[in-house]
Amino acid sequence: MAKVTKLSRPTLTKSDEIYLIGIFKGTLVTLKHAYQSVFGKSRGADGLKSSGLGITMQYPEEKWDDELPEYYRGAPALVTDEQDRERCVSCQLCEFICPPKAIKIIPGEIPEGDTWAKVEKRPQEFEIDMIRCIYCGLCEEVCPEQAIYLRKDYSITGTSRAEMVHNKEKLYEIGGKRVGLVNKWNELK
Amino acid sequence: MSDQETTTKLLPKDEAAAKGLVNVHIDGNWIQVPKGTRMIEACKIAEKEVPHYCYHPKLTSPGNCRMCLVQMGMPPRPAPGADPVFGDDGFQEIGWMPRPVIACANTVAENMGIRTTGDLVEKTREGVMEFLLINHPLDCPICDQAGECSLQEFSVEHGRGQSRFVEDKVKKPKNVDIGPRVNLDDERCIMCSRCIRFMDEVAEDAVLGFSERGTHTTVTCHPDRKLDSNYGMNTIDLCPVGALTSKDFRFQMRVWFLKETKSIDVNCGTGCNTLIWTRGSQIYRVTPRRNDEVNSEWMPDSHRLAFHEVQGDNRLTDPMIKVDDKHEITDWHTANTAVADALKQFEPSEIAIIASARQTNEELFLTHTLASTLGAENIATVERIGEADGKLISADRNPNTNGAKLILGETTKKLDSIKAGLNDGSVKALIVLSEDIFEAAGFSHDDLANAELVVSSHIIANATAKVSDIVLPGASFAEKRGSMVNVLGRLQRLNQALQPAGNAREDWEIIRDLILALTGEPNDLYMIEEVVKVIAENIPAFEGMTFSKIGEQGIKLIETGVEIPLLTKERERASAGIIVG
Repeated sequence: MAKVTKLSRPTLTKSDEIYLIGIFKGTLVTLKHAYQSVFGKSRGADGLKSSGLGITMQYPEEKWDDELPEYYRGAPALVTDEQDRERCVSCQLCEFICPPKAIKIIPGEIPEGDTWAKVEKRPQEFEIDMIRCIYCGLCEEVCPEQAIYLRKDYSITGTSRAEMVHNKEKLYEIGGKRVGLVNKWNELK
Repeated sequence: MSDQETTTKLLPKDEAAAKGLVNVHIDGNWIQVPKGTRMIEACKIAEKEVPHYCYHPKLTSPGNCRMCLVQMGMPPRPAPGADPVFGDDGFQEIGWMPRPVIACANTVAENMGIRTTGDLVEKTREGVMEFLLINHPLDCPICDQAGECSLQEFSVEHGRGQSRFVEDKVKKPKNVDIGPRVNLDDERCIMCSRCIRFMDEVAEDAVLGFSERGTHTTVTCHPDRKLDSNYGMNTIDLCPVGALTSKDFRFQMRVWFLKETKSIDVNCGTGCNTLIWTRGSQIYRVTPRRNDEVNSEWMPDSHRLAFHEVQGDNRLTDPMIKVDDKHEITDWHTANTAVADALKQFEPSEIAIIASARQTNEELFLTHTLASTLGAENIATVERIGEADGKLISADRNPNTNGAKLILGETTKKLDSIKAGLNDGSVKALIVLSEDIFEAAGFSHDDLANAELVVSSHIIANATAKVSDIVLPGASFAEKRGSMVNVLGRLQRLNQALQPAGNAREDWEIIRDLILALTGEPNDLYMIEEVVKVIAENIPAFEGMTFSKIGEQGIKLIETGVEIPLLTKERERASAGIIVG
């Protein structure tokens, strides 16, 4: 049984009860901050990339983009490798793991004669519904081919539901090229 | 001395021997199994898993995968002149062998011990797994078998996380076109030879075999042949890894997304037991399900791929009424009322019904009720005779001929009288249920020239639907529940894997609603179970039957004397001890 401490309300003096002194003290704090913000002396303003007026950043004119940490989880996207091969082989593990069921993949076969015919499989269509996506990063974690990554794009907007669905083309556009990953489908394979 | 012997209790070995059994000690427990049981089957009885690849109860056991190695022990042989020593429990002490034996090809013996766990067995399995995986490609993300692959499953249990193999892997042919329906990937093959044995022993078309030697051993097709047998796709189900994959199912969907529904095949009288694999509103594949009384574990390819027919663009999804020679979409209430109003214009003798032996028992029974409601006596079914293939495919291509006979009586002969009636004008209204009378019954457009009303229900658009005044869209085999009686007289169940397409309805509901529209009286049939109850009360052969009683494996309803050739052969082989069966 945890120990229970009963707290009693503080007894207020007459000067406390009229509140005027408290209001005056509060006004002083506000005025102090007003002075500091006008003269650019707000605490933490530099670190927070302030616009010079207080610690406020003027979004969207000013953005955080350079400050995003390496582990930032933005929009998921597909990547190609240094040989311009689509890394995704449409194994559909991300579709399976996705908690809000945002991913839809239609698998397809790589036709004979293609440079990468030995990989046999690639997505015919790959859609991520960004209204559903919760940026959890499980797709990136589960991917056995290092093909899907959460990039730093966070401002995903659109004027219709259809616009919010990223198709394969859009996903490769966001993802771009990623080098130095495991080269599993090499010439020995 | 002799007195003492007669008074001592009978030993367990003698008790078991009297019943044709032997005592086996499996992982600490003594159990009794029939004499001659394979060790792996004894372990199955004891509910102990023995991982295996090459062993299959319906095929011979070459014992070449070595995955089922277990530790075995027998009582030590007594010294010359010595008597065997029995312990307090009546068993001899087991002397465990220092080396493992394969469980699939050895049979049990009295007082034998089997260990399916322990250091020796675990180490052996790890060793075998490591050898099997040495040249196995890292194909799981693109392999259709992933998710139902024994190699994946057992490597989780008995494999290592990392490969110790630093040399280059052996290269073998990949994506080989081995037959019209089957693809081969030799790198994934683990040489279990199940496919080779199946094609030789069951399909009786030995086109597969091993070529090359050692680590280069490769499964190949005979150079002048293809794996084109109508039973070839069973090798895909048999293959424990992704070496043999289906061309039809290739890269369509990962198996873990698919829902399995136990059902039966409706393409011939055999009614092979099946699993229907669906996701959303689509069937992705149909595979055979084990039923030793009907189809063993196999199924012909032609029936397996027949589901594509009902997934085309030509599905009927709404009831339609013909206005000015053009079909217009309407709702069910309007369509049913229109049918009832139109039928009431005719004398009972002017109405004929062409039912189908493709309908389920429930639909047939309601068709029968519909006929008696109308007072119509002209009711016929269409015969569909093909060629039996001497294995599983029956000559009777209707799945429910026996059900139709039980419920409607002998009706195939009446087709000609209906045709004659249409031509001489004595039959003016025709109700066609689940049949295309042009294609299946040999009707011509001239035969229908005098018909004043044609009402029909179909799954897909066809010639009969085109000439019908009112078309009612029905459900495919995967979209409805119901029961059918196969050629053996076995009552089997269809289960619903999908919702009917669009506004289509289950056929028994369509007929029930027609009866309702005609009589205007509620009939209290809301579920298929209630229809079965009514059938059980009215048809003697179905007495006491309920929908749940049919079960997953079906139930023998009548004796027909028909035999399925493939099963006869299998039983012969099992009784000869060639296979377990």
